[in-house]
Amino acid sequence: MSIIIKNLNKSFQNYKALDNINLEIPEGNLFALLGPSGSGKTTLLRIIAGLESPDSGEIQIAKNESDSKNSQPTQVGFVFQHYALFRHMNIFENIAFGLRVRPKSFRPTKQAISDKVFELLKLVQLEQLHNRYPHELSGGQRQRVALARALAIEPKFLLLDEPFGALDAKVRKELRQWLRKLHDEINITSVFVTHDQEEALEVSDQVAILKSGRIEQIGTPDEVYNQPKSSFVFNFLGDVNLFHGRIQDGEAVVGNLNLGKAEDLNSNAQEAVAYVRPYDIEILRDSNAGIPAEIKHIHSTGRNVRVELYRPDTGTFIDSVLDTPSYKELNLLPGETVYLRIKKAKVYTEDFSI
Amino acid sequence: MKPKESLLIKWSLVISVYLFCFLLLVLPLINVFMEAFADGLLAYWNAISQDHTLSAFLLTLKVALIAVPLNTIIGILAAFLLSRFIFPGKNILLTLIESPFAVSPVIAGLIFVLIFGREGWMRPVLNFLDWEIIFNTPGLVIATIFITFPFVTKELLPLMQSQGNEEEEAAILLNASFFKVFTKIIIPNIKWGLLYGIVLCNARAMGEFGAVSVISGHIRGKTNTLPLEVEILYNEYNSVGAFATASLLVLLSILTLIIKSILERKINTSTLEPSPNLTQDAK
Repeated sequence: MSIIIKNLNKSFQNYKALDNINLEIPEGNLFALLGPSGSGKTTLLRIIAGLESPDSGEIQIAKNESDSKNSQPTQVGFVFQHYALFRHMNIFENIAFGLRVRPKSFRPTKQAISDKVFELLKLVQLEQLHNRYPHELSGGQRQRVALARALAIEPKFLLLDEPFGALDAKVRKELRQWLRKLHDEINITSVFVTHDQEEALEVSDQVAILKSGRIEQIGTPDEVYNQPKSSFVFNFLGDVNLFHGRIQDGEAVVGNLNLGKAEDLNSNAQEAVAYVRPYDIEILRDSNAGIPAEIKHIHSTGRNVRVELYRPDTGTFIDSVLDTPSYKELNLLPGETVYLRIKKAKVYTEDFSI
Repeated sequence: MKPKESLLIKWSLVISVYLFCFLLLVLPLINVFMEAFADGLLAYWNAISQDHTLSAFLLTLKVALIAVPLNTIIGILAAFLLSRFIFPGKNILLTLIESPFAVSPVIAGLIFVLIFGREGWMRPVLNFLDWEIIFNTPGLVIATIFITFPFVTKELLPLMQSQGNEEEEAAILLNASFFKVFTKIIIPNIKWGLLYGIVLCNARAMGEFGAVSVISGHIRGKTNTLPLEVEILYNEYNSVGAFATASLLVLLSILTLIIKSILERKINTSTLEPSPNLTQDAK
């Protein structure tokens, strides 16, 4: 079941939460809505769920042939950021709730409900905890109960609001890999909201990046990471260094380095900003090579070495990351002056201020 | 803080709080029963078996049995409205609901006399319908409802605000009907606060003096509630009668507390959590 969103707008008083959103979420996809806080991603998810109504625009939920014979309303599975488990019910009752509140004619038998709940408990690996209460569970366990509860009604699609936001770093990593595996197992169209770019890129099939209620870019993790359409996307998806330069003959020039065409070139632009990832900055000892900079600090994180550099000509700081062998070969020392070469850059004429 | 010091603070607090409770709560209660039984059991029995006392007892129960359920239902609805919806005039409504706490009960009684009394602006309507509100049971019920209106809402509103509506949204997304959300999610989540609000409401409904005094007209055997009966007996220098009647009020309060703890135990065995202490601490 795919979800198609057309020209969606939503305002809260004077604040425009969503500005003309167009989006297609293909069937069976694990789709990430990624953006900083206030970008409208949660509002979008709540509108898809039907918890809020849009000011204008529409959401089409394309049904398969096989679904149309089911006269039940479209089922949405929703997992809340803080789980929203029913605090006065034990885990079994929490998961069974969606089946028990069905109108009599649709309600499964007691035995069928019990079988279903235990099947789901097995799926989320919590069989032993069926008679515990939510407050007796850890955050990760609660999250899995919330997921099982949402899946109990056999939803046509699953929506997750910051599913790992309230968990500590280690559990978060485990759980998101587990979610990816689970998604591949049950293969249900899923949309999740996150502000964590690593999470979005690692787990999802496709990512939509939102900024101030607009979609900046939609694509696979590889596309958005390697071909970011705007400086915002580039900056949001990882660490970045900025180099200010000019446009000459349609190409950006920083110092005496030519960095190629701008991504969003318009003919009038005079100024350009080059965005460079730390591992695309090469450190050389050859003075002809490029931009002079002074080494301020060197941090070794084991596999990689992060070098913090100072550019005396502009007074800015630059981060470079290199692997340990090349670091050893260069034999860098703090206080030294070295020369920087930019291996790969994305140039934008619009200035994105950090 | 040194351990010794904190122990000292702990025990001096324990002693002073116990002392206050004994002086201000236990001693007066004992005194009520001592005075009531001052002339022996027979005198006590004679005092409480008076027709006037009996009718005051029944009237007090009747007023409470109408006012408390009504205020409970409206109180739940008001707390639900105020905690879950944004609408114009919300703060004004909140202030209105709390206003019976701010107004002196005597003034409250007077307001109803001014509305329904001989010179009141509702007089023509009442004459037409041939209803008598003032110096009659309906007046007592109205005044009691007014005075005890805020208790349930005041108890529930902070609780419902702090709990938020995520569980309700979760239930709605699981396709639960509004009725099911209300009975299976909202009520179980607020039950302790609700019970406490009802107990407070009931205690005030039975014990209310000021507003009821203005509106009742003190017709013995007809519009006198227990607190009013106590006052009349006391003013007649009938000490045994006054305290015997007062002991009935005390017994009603104790009965309320017993019902509350039975309900607590019943709810506790049907669902293990949360304990009553936990929710009451959270308030």
